[in-house]
Amino acid sequence: MLLLQCPYCGVNAEETELAAGGEAHLKRATVGDSDEAFEGYLFMRENKKGVHLERWRHAYGCGKWFLAARDTATLEVFGTYPAQTTEPPADVTENIRAKYPDWSWKETA
Amino acid sequence: MRRYSVFAVAREGLRYHTGWERAWRSPQPKKKYDVIIVGAGGHGLATAYYLGKNYGITNVAIIEKGWLGGGNTGRNTTIIRSNYLQDPSAAIYDKALKLYENLSQDLNYNVMFSPRGLIMLAQTHHEVRGYQRTVMANQLQGVATEWVTPEQLKKLVPIINIHGPRYPVMGGLYQKRGGTARHDAVAWGYARACSDMGMDVIQQCEVKGVRTEGGKVVGVLTTKGDIDCDKLGMVVAGHTSVLAEMAGFRLPIESVALQALVSEPIKPCMDVVVMANTVHGYMSQSDKGEMVIGGGTDSFNNYTQRGSFHHIEETVRALVETFPMVSRLKMLRQWGGIVDMTGDRSPILSKTPVDGIFVNCGWGTGGFKAIPGSGWAMAELMAKGHSPLTQEFDMFRFREGKFIDESVAAGVAH
Amino acid sequence: MSTRLANSGRLIDRSKPVEFKFNGKRFKGYEGDTLASALFANDQMMVGRSFKYHRPRGVVASGAEEPNALFNMGEGGRFEPNQRATTQELFDGLTIRSQNHWPSLEFDIGAVNQLFARWLPAGFYYKMFIHPRPFWKHVYEPFIRQSAGLGQVPQEKDADTYEHFYYFCDVLVVGGGIAGLAAALKEGQAGKKVLLLEQTADFGGRAVVDGVEIDGKSAEAWVQDTLAALNAMPNVTVRNRNMASGVYDHGYVLGYERLTDHLSDKSGPRHRLWRIRAGHIITATGAIERPLSFAGNDIPGVLLAAAVRDYVVNWGVSVGDRTVVVTNNDDAYRTAIILKNAGLAVPAIIDARASGAGPIAAEVEKLGIRVLKGKAIAKVKGKTRVTGVKVCLQAGEGSVIEEIACDCVAMSGGWSPVVHLWSHCGGKLNWDEDLAMFRPDPSRAPTGADGKAFVSTVGSASGYLSTADVLKDAGLEVTTNEVAAAPLEPVWLMPQGAGPKLRMKAWLDYQNDVKVSDVQLAAREGYESVEHTKRYTTLGMATDQGKLSNINGLAILSKSLDASIPNVGTTTFRPPYTPISMGAITGAARDELFQPIHKTPMFDWHDANGADWEPVGHWRRTYAYVRNGETVHDAVNREILNVRENVGTLDASTLGKIIVKGPDAGKFLDMLYTNMMSTLGVGKCRYGLMCNENGFLSDDGVVVRLAEDTWLCHTTTGGADRIHGWMEDWLQCEWWDWKVYTANVTEQFAQIAVAGPKARQLLEKLGGNMDLSKEGFPFMTYVEGKLGEFDARIFRISFSGELSYEVSVPASQGAALWAALQEAGKDLGVMPYGTEAMHILRAEKGFIMIGDETDGTIIPQDLNLQWAISKKKEDYLGKRAQERSFMASPDRWKLVGLETLDGSVIPDGSYVPAPGYNPNGQRNVQGRVTSTYYSPTLKRGIAMGLVKHGPDRMGEVIEFNREDGTMVKAKIVDPVFYDKDGEKQNV
Repeated sequence: MLLLQCPYCGVNAEETELAAGGEAHLKRATVGDSDEAFEGYLFMRENKKGVHLERWRHAYGCGKWFLAARDTATLEVFGTYPAQTTEPPADVTENIRAKYPDWSWKETA
Repeated sequence: MRRYSVFAVAREGLRYHTGWERAWRSPQPKKKYDVIIVGAGGHGLATAYYLGKNYGITNVAIIEKGWLGGGNTGRNTTIIRSNYLQDPSAAIYDKALKLYENLSQDLNYNVMFSPRGLIMLAQTHHEVRGYQRTVMANQLQGVATEWVTPEQLKKLVPIINIHGPRYPVMGGLYQKRGGTARHDAVAWGYARACSDMGMDVIQQCEVKGVRTEGGKVVGVLTTKGDIDCDKLGMVVAGHTSVLAEMAGFRLPIESVALQALVSEPIKPCMDVVVMANTVHGYMSQSDKGEMVIGGGTDSFNNYTQRGSFHHIEETVRALVETFPMVSRLKMLRQWGGIVDMTGDRSPILSKTPVDGIFVNCGWGTGGFKAIPGSGWAMAELMAKGHSPLTQEFDMFRFREGKFIDESVAAGVAH
Repeated sequence: MSTRLANSGRLIDRSKPVEFKFNGKRFKGYEGDTLASALFANDQMMVGRSFKYHRPRGVVASGAEEPNALFNMGEGGRFEPNQRATTQELFDGLTIRSQNHWPSLEFDIGAVNQLFARWLPAGFYYKMFIHPRPFWKHVYEPFIRQSAGLGQVPQEKDADTYEHFYYFCDVLVVGGGIAGLAAALKEGQAGKKVLLLEQTADFGGRAVVDGVEIDGKSAEAWVQDTLAALNAMPNVTVRNRNMASGVYDHGYVLGYERLTDHLSDKSGPRHRLWRIRAGHIITATGAIERPLSFAGNDIPGVLLAAAVRDYVVNWGVSVGDRTVVVTNNDDAYRTAIILKNAGLAVPAIIDARASGAGPIAAEVEKLGIRVLKGKAIAKVKGKTRVTGVKVCLQAGEGSVIEEIACDCVAMSGGWSPVVHLWSHCGGKLNWDEDLAMFRPDPSRAPTGADGKAFVSTVGSASGYLSTADVLKDAGLEVTTNEVAAAPLEPVWLMPQGAGPKLRMKAWLDYQNDVKVSDVQLAAREGYESVEHTKRYTTLGMATDQGKLSNINGLAILSKSLDASIPNVGTTTFRPPYTPISMGAITGAARDELFQPIHKTPMFDWHDANGADWEPVGHWRRTYAYVRNGETVHDAVNREILNVRENVGTLDASTLGKIIVKGPDAGKFLDMLYTNMMSTLGVGKCRYGLMCNENGFLSDDGVVVRLAEDTWLCHTTTGGADRIHGWMEDWLQCEWWDWKVYTANVTEQFAQIAVAGPKARQLLEKLGGNMDLSKEGFPFMTYVEGKLGEFDARIFRISFSGELSYEVSVPASQGAALWAALQEAGKDLGVMPYGTEAMHILRAEKGFIMIGDETDGTIIPQDLNLQWAISKKKEDYLGKRAQERSFMASPDRWKLVGLETLDGSVIPDGSYVPAPGYNPNGQRNVQGRVTSTYYSPTLKRGIAMGLVKHGPDRMGEVIEFNREDGTMVKAKIVDPVFYDKDGEKQNV
């Protein structure tokens, strides 16, 4: 029974208020991209046991989509942040590194 | 191997059962095997068993992080059926069902396969049409299944409420040959038979890395040392992505929690298995008398083997709606497992980008019922390089846009 | 014999006698009794039968850990199986029946299993019943099912109600013993918002029974004072009869409150499930005493030592006149003292320790109780109740030294902290060699959302057993009158060298009939993991979930394996702590409230006019309006013909309506739909298709351009929330710089389709200020204005092929407009029509239906909808997906019309076989039907279907399968069966 803070309305939202939306920061592949790139965008998932950057919607709240950094092995939440970002913000990254010093995001690795 | 029989039990009874031998050996790993199967759950053990039985490949190790059968094999609701809509699904699940029918005799271990029948309720017009389509498809696939009216259904399941105020029961898809089996016994029976063929079931041995040379697998690094192999089968539901990452590739998979619960035991009241997909719940009664109840998966990536209670609430509500008597029972135990879900909710049995590595995963919520068929097909794939049963379950199908989508027949795939 | 004592019983009110019925016999008890204590008061020693061997069973404990005393309780809609006697409070009129026997408790045929017990060891069924194959299903399994099971099946619908309750607190304290009270007091004084839950009716736990003095006052007085202090704090809430049943992630806890289970008056909710979010959880859940494993330890009259004194002190009942105490620790000596002081006989204390007890031994000696050191019970005598014990050396193999006559055995094998709640979310345990118990390891606590520990333990739950240590753990330094205890000596088998005969009679799990020999057998056969042993022997899988048996079984297993107990490990603790009712889990969400029902503004009219209801998503829609004497099928045909000949009205309010507005709205809709929406003229309507990113059709509907920057998108019924969420997903997460607003206005408007040749006449009869003429209001446009007195927006669109208007009004005007149309249309022959007529009308026209022609695997190209896919656009959602090889294949099945040769209707879901079989032996197929109906207009069966190369095979006859194995022949035709040129909708 997760609790995630919605970065828009500030509510510490119950899981029942939220809808999960899968891996975050996916780059949309489309016309002109290869079959492999398109497959990667649509299906191939990190599915990390550990730090997972993911999408949530405060569906039964303010309706906003937001992103969360969460540990799929312990359910610890390192932070939530607005969906309109292309990479995890510094404070969230810092929280993650407090637990996993070597952690780096795939795109900035 | 000393055979199990009523006579053996009678004999042993006279000497206080001191003469029984180990069901399986507990060896240390050898330096090298022809085939290593990672994952001693039902699917992994069955794969090894049919490698030996059908292809004579017995220099095999099945290595397991925890205890054999301790993953989803020992956590599911033990439902068995084969009346799937799509041809590739119906083929592999019906192969499994046919093997289940003789599994106790084949393994000389009573897996208590109980073909007590299974009904999927239709509670909307849309669902009625979906299941009628399944009946028609199954007929051409050679899978016996039939449509039953609400009145016939009530006779088969006296405790059901077919006149629910919210979703009256409009009929059902009935597979007489479907049913349940004792989940632990399936793993134990296969393990005993594998061990008897000379295979090594190595428990408490975690894979820490996959070794490859020139794009080909050569062995695995484990907590019990390095072990070499020519072929490697990954059969580790829930943790497939973790293992694939070690081998350097990704899979179209996400790991989520699936929960189940049992009631306290009561006297027999429901012989068939009932699945109610509109309301998201299913129930059967175990031989101990517990009502075994399951529902849908949680929605977020999770490796903790714990789920969220609101899903239990939703499932129990669905069951109380369908079987009002459930309200007066008590929940004895709830638990969770981690299942891996693919992009089309159908499994992957496939070669991989690494030569010599084969993967069997993505069974989602429906893995138990497939165990013998999955093992049979996976063994064929690993031994021969191809199998008609696995052909459509290739991991590269997603790139081509070729899906095997079972959810088209009803809201829930399994 | 067990009986009510003349005095004592701190919980019973002797001025309030109560009557209850046991197996039809009338028994008497007092208010404050539990069912178990009342049964003892009536000398009912045997209370049930075990699961496997149907052995006689008596009460063994006094609390939640009781495995034996389970009853069928209540009658009719209030019947409940497996109700635990030790936690069920007595009330007047309570009725119970014992379980798992036939024909009677005293004479049970199933007990014949005992004779064969030697041949029914753990897992015997895995080794037997293998041949002949059909026998398992038809002979063996039905027999096993019948003899297993325990309680009876509830037959009637639940007569009670249940509710849910939310609670938020800083600190949740679980357990109302002295540790929990002290912890709550401390947290309360620190200003925290505290909730304290106690599972039973009263507070104080063991301390009040054991007569401890705390700082010079009785534990009873200390408890009352502390409770009073807590109740005086506004920030502290204290609830009894409320069990914390499970700890879930991020501080979520379920509280299971039993409101009427202890009352004769059953009005009001029976159970209340508390959904608690706690910042921190302190479990003060105490410890549970362990049985000792000796032969015959399952005979009625053998109880836990602490339970025996609970019955005396709390309820004033003695289990026996002569009680032998058998123990490996000092605590059980208290039982002997309390019994003796109550005037009962204690012929001996059998202490397995050669050195015996600490200072408490002197107290016992003073009372003249004989203590046998280094001794053990070789065997308990008796069948349905204890008659004596045979004593032997603990160090030996069981040679009998003497026999002692007794009618009760009080045993204690030490204590196990209740670590369930600590463990539910992954809290880890350490094995304490000295105390022989698993204790919570505070350095490996369960962690919450912030990665920090969110559960801690206090008191006996931490493994502290003396009152002073317990309170010290809770932060209170006190002095007590307790004397120091000598060390416990782990005793896992009694005597330690017991042979197979004795081990076969030494029970670990009373309910499931698991004995020491069974665990040893499992270990011998290689079921080495504790999980394997549990599952192979069923140890700990009974309704008590191993509260008494798990540690003892684990110790036997580790000994058999020559491994240490911590290396063998424990099984997983899963919620609930003790079983909770499914009713409580369901709460109020049952029957009509099971799921919310969406109703349109016209719902009541439909209901009063013969609506045959159909659930569509959460909506209710009218399938057909059935008149007197009609079948549903008749009604559907009548409705269709009336639309074709006169005029019909359809409640289309359930269609989704989403406003999309903003400078970039056109650009956005061009991405969302396969066709162009940005070029749609203001005032015009256009049919649009939506695909998901996988290329599959997901929704369709008419899009209307209301203004330069505003579009109204219609979605399918039930699709509104999904599509609105889909739009927001793209706008918030992908194209967040686009200036677009969306609003789901589905329920703000009622919508009525008015269809048929007389549709225009009907609308004109209502009057108003809009020009409804063919010229003034052409096909695929919309107007806005007054329709009679109604504020209407009218779309000239058609899903039936007839002249048709969809009239949209504010939801508040919907019912009135519907009624006005029925009234005004009387002489035009207006009739309402339902969803089935709508489906057939559209099928006659060859229009596709999302959910019929599509099933999540269909792309627009399969349905020959290329005309609705813009060639000009660079991109739309789904476009890239549709370029993939399998999607672009010419071999995909395509939509065609189908006409049966004999006029019959092709069965739903029917397939078209193709020659030959695939490599898996399945018949090849080349197509299937997607919509199939009897058309009353054409008076024949019509259908649409997907057929391989279908559009190239016009005129070809193909065969569809039927359930009975016969085939039906149909000709491939154009899917538009009615008015191919579209003249009727454009008049």
